[in-house]
Formats: sequence, structure tokens, C-alpha cells
Amino acid sequence: MKFVNEYRDSELGKKLIDRIHHHSTKPIRLMEFCSGHTVAIFKHGIRQLLPQTIEMLSGPGCPICVTANIDLDKAIALAHLPNVIITTFGDMLRVPGSHSSLQLAKAEGNDIRIVYSAQDAVYMAKDNPDKSVIFIGIGFETTAPTIAASILQAEEEGINNYHILCLHKLCPPIMKALLDLGEVRLNGIVCPGHVSAIIGSYPYQFIPDDYGIACVVSGFEPLDILLCIDMLVNQIETEQYKVEIAYRRGVKPEGNKQAKLLMDTVFEVGEANWRGIGVVPLSGLRLRKRYERFDAEKNFDINPGPSSEAKGCICGSILRGVSTPLDCKLFRHNCTPEHPLGPCMVSAEGSCATYYHYGASYGE
Amino acid sequence: MCLAIPALVKSIDGHQAEVEIDGVTRQASIQLTPEVKVGDYVLLHTGYAINVIDQAEAEGTHMLLRELSEVC
Ligand code: SF4
Repeated sequence: MKFVNEYRDSELGKKLIDRIHHHSTKPIRLMEFCSGHTVAIFKHGIRQLLPQTIEMLSGPGCPICVTANIDLDKAIALAHLPNVIITTFGDMLRVPGSHSSLQLAKAEGNDIRIVYSAQDAVYMAKDNPDKSVIFIGIGFETTAPTIAASILQAEEEGINNYHILCLHKLCPPIMKALLDLGEVRLNGIVCPGHVSAIIGSYPYQFIPDDYGIACVVSGFEPLDILLCIDMLVNQIETEQYKVEIAYRRGVKPEGNKQAKLLMDTVFEVGEANWRGIGVVPLSGLRLRKRYERFDAEKNFDINPGPSSEAKGCICGSILRGVSTPLDCKLFRHNCTPEHPLGPCMVSAEGSCATYYHYGASYGE
Repeated sequence: MCLAIPALVKSIDGHQAEVEIDGVTRQASIQLTPEVKVGDYVLLHTGYAINVIDQAEAEGTHMLLRELSEVC
């Protein structure tokens, strides 16, 4: 596949790894923010190929995992309303909320359908004019513009029975919140490639400027990640901290202007509730007043009741980079991909699922 | 969840395009990438082209990778 295979060349990869071994002298800790990077790093065995000086840590960049139970409960409550079709990306189905999951709600006979794209949900609304079609809007800046586009399409086509439960979250503000918490000392951040395809690299400037931390945007193929780590090591060794892009074919410093425009047209910045971190101001998106009629929370009466967490699940501290799945007593014994207790085991990209599937490969 | 894969744009009709991934054809929205042309590669995420892949930059990165791997 073009733009994929070229970045999987193992000969080049070996040489880059040699180079990183050669250049890395200081013990450092790097966080890959995005769970897609965590999966790629594990899948290609990158952790065990790196020198002992480099410790890699997984961050909070899994949109499903960071969705708070109270928000999951809202989605499940919506599913129980009459004349409603819930549409969602597949991974959301099995995520347990406080008392139930969308999958259980579906088994109880509620109409819940998996879609590949927000556009599919718009078409479903068009085809079912007597029902309300509600899309569970989770995701970061990669996904939010697609939801914005779907709302604008619904508006243009006069579709009035399309709604979203808006749970979108923003990456730079949560990076700042994590750094301010100061629980984990970091020397560099592997910034998310496809979030950055939309927002560009400028929004990360505060990371080197205010925190003196290295910052490189990475793609998802092994050579992309190794190039990113090489650049991070170089910044740290020379103590010249800046924002660089190791994924220039996909990311421009200014991002995608059209996507940002559509996002800004439909959404405004507001608070968001992050699992393990709590409510963080200005770290999420909500629909602007003009688009309120598409807002499921404003148009349906939902009362999910009090929320609670699965006992013993430490997803929250894993998402903050404070713990790893190996610190969870339930990992692998009581909690498995077949019987997940927390979202980090459900999502294909969750840390617990990734450790479960690839853990053995790095000698854990 | 922020997965996006390279797709070749085969034809364009308004806001929609037909793209090819590994020999498989599918529909994609190009609402976020109105500048896209037939023959371009896009990053496809949940049915939407979220960016046009910059082929010159791809070549540049490849040269950089080769250079870096020469100098240890
Ligand atoms: S292993 Fe299961 S219970 Fe433990 S933190 Fe992960 S998802 Fe939660």
C-alpha cells in the first residue's frame, strides 16, 4: 500500500534504532499521547528495541477510554427512549457505563446500530423520518470535524431528525492539564498524528515554551515513530526544545483550514469530563446555539441517575500515565477482552487491551 | 480511534469522492478537503478525507530517513 509500505522498511528501521542507541545518553521518559501510537509501538515491538535510557509511557489519547461513566450513562439512557435509533462507532457498544452498556441496551430490544461514518447516520435519519437518529459523538479533533460536516450536511438537506450527543474532547488542553498535575515527569511527547492533521503543530508550542519539554508530531508506521523518537532524543540531548513534525506528508504546521473552519462553525469550546482526570475547562466541544436543534442533550429528556465506577478498575490512573495495566489486580484474571470491566480493556486501542494482546512480546 | 489510512481518489462528484484502498473502492466525503483532485491520496478517517497527502513531503521524509540511517 502506497504511503504505508515505504514506512515499514526493516533495514532502514534497524539503522534508525542503531542511531537512537548511539545518540541517547540521558535517561528519559517519553509519552505517546495517542493510543494509536501505543498499539503501533507494541505491535512492532518498538519498546524492546529502544535503548534502556528511553522509557515509553502511554497517555490518555483513547477517546473511548477517556469518556466518563456519567457520559456513557447518558448515551445508554438515550437508547432507552422510544422512537430513537442510536448510531455509534462499533467500539462504544461494549463499553460498560455505571449500570449497563449500549450492547446490553441493544439486547433489551432498543434500536442501536453501528455506523462506519457520521454521514451514514445522516442518511439513516433521512431514511427514517419518523424516528430520531442520535449519533454518539465521541472523539478528538480528528473526528470532530467529520461530525461538524455531518451536521452541516443535515442542515443543508433539511434533515431535522438527526442529533448528536456531543462528547468531543480536545488534545492540547488535556496535555496541559496533565503537565500541570505534575504526577509524571516527562522529557518529551509524541504528539498525535491525525489530530494534528486537523489542528496543525502550532497549538503544541506551549509544551516546549512553558514546560521545556520536547515535542514531535508522529505518523503511525514504524519508521514514522522511530523518526519521531530520534527527533525527540536529539532535542533532549541538545536541550533545544521545539515543536517538530516527523509526519510531514500528513501534517502541515497550520493544519487543515477547512476542517478547522467547519469545526468552528458548528462547535464552541467548553468543559469536558475526562475519566480519571475529571472536568477540565475548555477541553471539549459543545454545539453552538445556532445548532442547538441537533443537540441530543437539549432535545431529549434524559436522566441517567448517579454514576459509579467499576470497583478495582484503575483505568483513570492508567490514562494519566501514573499506572500501567500491570498495576491492576484485575488485569488478565478478572478483566479480559472477553469480559472487560473497564473501557481500557474494551477499546481495541485501550492500554489494557494492548498490554493483553502484545504484553508477552516485550517480556512482561 | 483516530485511525486514518491513505486512499487514492479515483473520481469526484460534488462533496463525494470515490476512493480506492488496497484495490477496494469506497465512497468518501471530501467536505473537509475541497481542494482535493483526482489522482491525489487522502487520509481517510471514518469515511471522511481529513487531509490530502503531500507527496513532495513524503519524498522529503524518505530522503531524510535514508540520510539519518547513513550517519550514526
Ligand atoms: S485491567 Fe480492566 S479493570 Fe484493570 S484497569 Fe484495565 S480495564 Fe480497568
